Amino acid sequence: MKFTQAIKMAFSSILSNKMRSFLTMLGVIIGVTAVITLIALGQGSTQRVSSQIESLGTNLITINITGGRNRGVSEEDLERIKSMPGVSEIAPVLSGGVTVKAGNKNTNSSLEATTPGYQQVRNRHVQLGRFLLQNDLDMRFRVAVVGVDVADELFGRRDIVGEKISINGVEFSIVGILEEKGSSIAGSDDNKVIIPLTTGQRLLRNTEVRTFYVSTQSPDVVNQVVGEIQRFLTRKFNDENSFRVFNQTQLLSTINEATATLTMMLGGIAGISLLVGGIGIMNIMLVSVTERTREIGIRKAIGAKRRDILIQFLIESAVLSGLGGVLGIMLGFVGVSFLSRILNIPAAISADVVLLATGFSVAVGVIFGLYPASKAANLNPIDALRYE
Amino acid sequence: MHSRRGDLTDPEFPQTSVDEDRYADGINEKEGAFGYMIRLENLSKIYRMGDNRVVALNNISLSINKGEFVAIMGPSGSGKSTLMNIIGCLDVATEGKYYLDGRDITSYNQNQLAEVRNKKFGFVFQGFNLLPKLTALENVELPLIYAGVGAKKRREEAIRVLKMMGLGERIHHRPSELSGGQQQRVAIARALVNHPSVILADEPTGNLDSKSGMEIMEIFEELHSRGNTIILITHDINVARYARRLITIRDGQIVSDEEVEMQ
Ligand SMILES: Nc1ncnc2c1ncn2[C@@H]1O[C@H](COP(=O)(O)OP(=O)(O)OP(=O)(O)O)[C@@H](O)[C@H]1O
Ligand SMILES: [Mg+2]
Repeated sequence: MKFTQAIKMAFSSILSNKMRSFLTMLGVIIGVTAVITLIALGQGSTQRVSSQIESLGTNLITINITGGRNRGVSEEDLERIKSMPGVSEIAPVLSGGVTVKAGNKNTNSSLEATTPGYQQVRNRHVQLGRFLLQNDLDMRFRVAVVGVDVADELFGRRDIVGEKISINGVEFSIVGILEEKGSSIAGSDDNKVIIPLTTGQRLLRNTEVRTFYVSTQSPDVVNQVVGEIQRFLTRKFNDENSFRVFNQTQLLSTINEATATLTMMLGGIAGISLLVGGIGIMNIMLVSVTERTREIGIRKAIGAKRRDILIQFLIESAVLSGLGGVLGIMLGFVGVSFLSRILNIPAAISADVVLLATGFSVAVGVIFGLYPASKAANLNPIDALRYE
Repeated sequence: MHSRRGDLTDPEFPQTSVDEDRYADGINEKEGAFGYMIRLENLSKIYRMGDNRVVALNNISLSINKGEFVAIMGPSGSGKSTLMNIIGCLDVATEGKYYLDGRDITSYNQNQLAEVRNKKFGFVFQGFNLLPKLTALENVELPLIYAGVGAKKRREEAIRVLKMMGLGERIHHRPSELSGGQQQRVAIARALVNHPSVILADEPTGNLDSKSGMEIMEIFEELHSRGNTIILITHDINVARYARRLITIRDGQIVSDEEVEMQ
């Protein structure tokens, strides 16, 4: 018997019992939809997190001094680090939560007191006005660069260069508005106020710089610079546990690992539902073999070989399952575009996931159809013909 | 008494202009080593059910030639169907030898037997045994599908045989939309379509009223006159009279084997 003929036979048998076929497929449909949707959403969020991290710059190094008192870095320390080979810019940061007021409105915002280098190191630029200048630091000017959230919240507009705000009760003039960044894993990047480091030391009553950012001339020298900084700080504090040095590449691979594991787990759980769908197919195929015992007997009487019957039933279950897979993929596309809109995750179904799901569902049909099909193929023709 | 010779002026039965030689295929086949198409030697079939032994066929020896028209009669449970199933390779004997066209097929495996069934035998059953979800045409095409015949040829052949059975108008009907006699004619068409050497019919008229039954017998008569070999089981002596040879079985043994005297 020819293969195309066998496929035709399988389709007509599936179509002759539409409701049952559909219900049998439902298990696979749900399984494939779940696999596709969860994997796509998982991959989408992984991608977004990585691109957020990459947008911070892969040549960024973050240093946090931890533990003990009087352990900030001095201006000389920073100069030394800045002059290390491979370092392009450095930005010390003092940060804290503050209340910002304008007129009768106020909002809570995060304050960063820093130097002009911040602009390059953190890749934050102004859309209006200017960033901090060295002069602002030297003169301890009370000037501020604010994020768009602060502008929206306090003024309801963004062209607010020259306006006055009060930060923790001290008056500042706005000299620049930061470019909009959107929110990231660390919360909104736009609810932010940046002031000169020297002004900030006074405002926050804290002169100890415990955080600073270093950008390297290229991503390739990050590891080398990290080593230099670690050696320098170890020598300075005599303790290699009193500071932490991060770089984005490390962070990226850690996060990627975590989200990939999560995606695998979600896919695995969805895969179990596909397995349950396969068992449903096996169940119905067994019922179908019993119901069609007489048909099998007739086919054998007129010359069907063991192989012909085996293939007929195998194709039937593979088509049933594969069709369920295709419907599941289509439903998956709908589900993904719906959920990615609701959850605001840029999810896309990749071609390999589609191929994998199709292949997997056909394989489920073949594997779970094997037992019923061989049961049918091994029927004795005369017993099958006598079956009532 | 019904007229012996088939009344072939019946408009339902097309005259034999179409491809007459096709159904004479059997005659041209070379004879086997024993000169017979079918030869059974000391054949027995014993069913074991726990401690019980049912001897369905008891040491039967029988030869059938090409072109013969044989009727098998006997009381219920005497082993007629068992014998026919073994001849048709649906079942295998417990003991004895079976030569088909001179070849010993006693030890053929399931696949070889399937091929023999497909090429050598056409079955007609009492209960028609058509596939209910397929149309008449699709039912008749089935043996050709398993023989690997291409779609176009298959369709042509099936339509030709169905027309010959007077079912030209009914090829797209399903079995449930056909009368018993029509269903049996579809079954005969299915048995004939692959040009078998032998047509095996187990009580083909058993489920039919006497008029349809006689129509079916006219068809067998006609097929025989074109050279087909036919083996038929019946309980009805009027049906048996269409045959040329009558074998009577009792308790799994042949008790008589005689020529049917012409009326
Ligand atoms: N599968 C089986 N298992 C056990 N015994 C069987 C089986 N098939 C047939 N027999 C027995 O073999 C004997 C012959 O059966 P068979 O069907 O050949 O009779 P038959 O002559 O065709 O009868 P009928 O005219 O009623 O169709 C019977 O006694 C029957 O009970
Ligand atoms: Mg019988």
